[in-house]
Amino acid sequence: NWSRLREDWRKIEEESLHLVAPVWNGGTRGIGGLSRVVAPEGNQKKGRSLLQFLADRFYDVEALRDHLLRKRVSKVHQKNRPFNHINQRYGPYVAGAYFILKQGGAVRFQGREWIRPNQRGHFSLDFLKLQAVPVEAVDASGCAINYQGLDSLLALKELQSLWLQRCPHVDDWCLSRLHPLASSLQELSLAGCPRVSERGLACLHHLWNLRRLDISDLPAVSSPGLTRILVEEMLPSCEVLGADWAQGLKLGPEEQPRDTAGPIPA
Amino acid sequence: MLRRTLLLGLCRGPLGRGLGTHRGGSILDRDGKMSEIKKKIQSILPGGDWNPLYDTSHLPPESSDVVIVGGGVLGLSVAYWLKKLEKPRGAIRVLVVERDHTYSRASTVLSVGGIRQQFSVPENVQLSLFSIDFLRNINEYLAVADDPPLDIQFNPSGYLLLASEKGAAIMENNVKVQRQEGAKVCLMSPEQLRNKFPWINTEGVALASYGMEHEGWFDPWCLLQGLRRKVQSMGVLFCHGEVTRFMSSSNLMKTASGEEVNLKRIHEVHVKIDQSLEYQPVECAIVINAAGAWSGQVAELAGIGKGPPGTLQGTKLPVELRKRYVYLWHCPQGPGLETPFVIDPSGTYFRREGLGHNYLGGCSPTEEEEPDPGNLEVDHDFFQDRVWPPLAQRVPAFETLKVRSAWAGYYDYNTFDQNGVVGPHPLVINMYFATGFSGHGLQQAPAVGRAVAEMVLEGHFQTINLSSFLFSRFYSGEKVQEHNII
Repeated sequence: NWSRLREDWRKIEEESLHLVAPVWNGGTRGIGGLSRVVAPEGNQKKGRSLLQFLADRFYDVEALRDHLLRKRVSKVHQKNRPFNHINQRYGPYVAGAYFILKQGGAVRFQGREWIRPNQRGHFSLDFLKLQAVPVEAVDASGCAINYQGLDSLLALKELQSLWLQRCPHVDDWCLSRLHPLASSLQELSLAGCPRVSERGLACLHHLWNLRRLDISDLPAVSSPGLTRILVEEMLPSCEVLGADWAQGLKLGPEEQPRDTAGPIPA
Repeated sequence: MLRRTLLLGLCRGPLGRGLGTHRGGSILDRDGKMSEIKKKIQSILPGGDWNPLYDTSHLPPESSDVVIVGGGVLGLSVAYWLKKLEKPRGAIRVLVVERDHTYSRASTVLSVGGIRQQFSVPENVQLSLFSIDFLRNINEYLAVADDPPLDIQFNPSGYLLLASEKGAAIMENNVKVQRQEGAKVCLMSPEQLRNKFPWINTEGVALASYGMEHEGWFDPWCLLQGLRRKVQSMGVLFCHGEVTRFMSSSNLMKTASGEEVNLKRIHEVHVKIDQSLEYQPVECAIVINAAGAWSGQVAELAGIGKGPPGTLQGTKLPVELRKRYVYLWHCPQGPGLETPFVIDPSGTYFRREGLGHNYLGGCSPTEEEEPDPGNLEVDHDFFQDRVWPPLAQRVPAFETLKVRSAWAGYYDYNTFDQNGVVGPHPLVINMYFATGFSGHGLQQAPAVGRAVAEMVLEGHFQTINLSSFLFSRFYSGEKVQEHNII
């Protein structure tokens, strides 16, 4: 019974934190703006459980649930705090590398191998002597990096490759912050980020040096095929890995799916 | 307990079991009368809302600490911050009076939804910076338990303001002020502009300022609904009615220099219910005028401006209705995904809408061409004559556009200096203003709401100092002129 209650807590917290407002009236919205505030009925029913029932009737349970939610949010904020003392002592490159390693990601300095934390999250502090060596590649896949945490990344002025696959808190606001890396960033991967939509992808045009961009499997993008075409037009010298452009096109029963060599010219 | 035994007692007659457990029809439940009687008894018992005289559930309460006239984004923002900053929790009763619950003529929902920091007045930049922070963390501010998170559909594409030779020096100055306050704006030469946006014709452009972060556009309806939902969960009452009268009392007082002033205090607000002659006098301590384009009329009801011209009593609230058109057009060869919110030196503006090569835009008419604000009809000739030529000149691809639809909305236009009015009136001491933003109210609403709430609760501005936006500047003549008004 306790384990079921714990499951319910975790489900509610996950729903409140990771739920992206579902795109359920599809396509471009009308001018008066249909509100996207209310989720479809199915979601509401799933959330109702013993926990909800208790929280509706007892102030203590409600306060406890709110407290746990706030603790969850503050845990993410705590993970994204800047390491100012390391920055002052060892410089921005080491501070950025330490930040990423602490989150569970991997870092590669110029001319060196990848540094990754092991299963338990421990990593060697050998890189502390690499104060003057710029960081070339960062793999922050699956890390809880958010808008605040990008402060540490943006100090890495010679960053060439940034992987933000499946990061649950990277959203459109974070993408708008990436423009200081425009002169060096050549590879960016956003595959599987649940909060990135086509509106954030529109501000990637600042990254004029970008050569490889991975925007596959973005659930919040409303028309993946069309978005991929528009991003390819926006960044002409960049190779865009994304959804198949024919995705979303309705094919008749006689038609075969065509060869996906390139996008249709606009 | 008592209720249940009473009901059981009623049903215990000939049948001997409760209602709802019988299979066939019962002698007592003829024509559903039994369920009606049950409902009536339930309402009479303590806890029910039975009024022996007549039903008043559609009327606002008889008294309320704060009455907010106007339920648009500014009014709801003030309500939100009042409830958030009050100590202790639940101390203040707030009533929001809105006469149009469909918001069919409200400026909030008819707006294009842009937010920018590129203003010339430093206070405007600060207000906008806080508001963008609020929008980014909207789910932390406006979270309601058990409801899904809000998605305001923010496009962080930035604003691109173009300046001709004449305006280049002013633009440089403005950018310096904006950067000092913390806005991320960069200046671009025509050469750089052509490199970045090849679809722009830079003829006549001497300088451009481009907002890199914290600027863009979003869905104002979602913000309104989010605020409404949160504010209702915090205990604010809503009323669909119109404010028709203020009952106030005057006091003749002497200032420190011996001058005599007539200070007024509003005691009651008469709220007339929609489509009815009924009205409810609501006793109140503070009235907040957030009626948007109609704030001037509400201020006149309170007696502001009734006096010899040239005196403080005779200074009216200079907020008027002004009609503005917005056009939606389709242009398949038009600029792509990277299009920012572009503002031409001639005052014409446009932005991308969605992914299908649709664009929204318009232009502010000059004083002579101001349309009649009596209705919200769209003038399509205005597009042909005043909006399309500068657009086609600036973006050659727009020569082949096709207008899909258009609508009109109101600006709460401040004829004095096109900047907002915030804070109490010097003579009607318990009326506070939060209006007159002339087209940039939506983007400053969260910050202005907080400023007004601080003024009401603490008596002075705490976070952003808006003392230059007080009402008294209309009497003293100190204009806070905003140059970058669209």
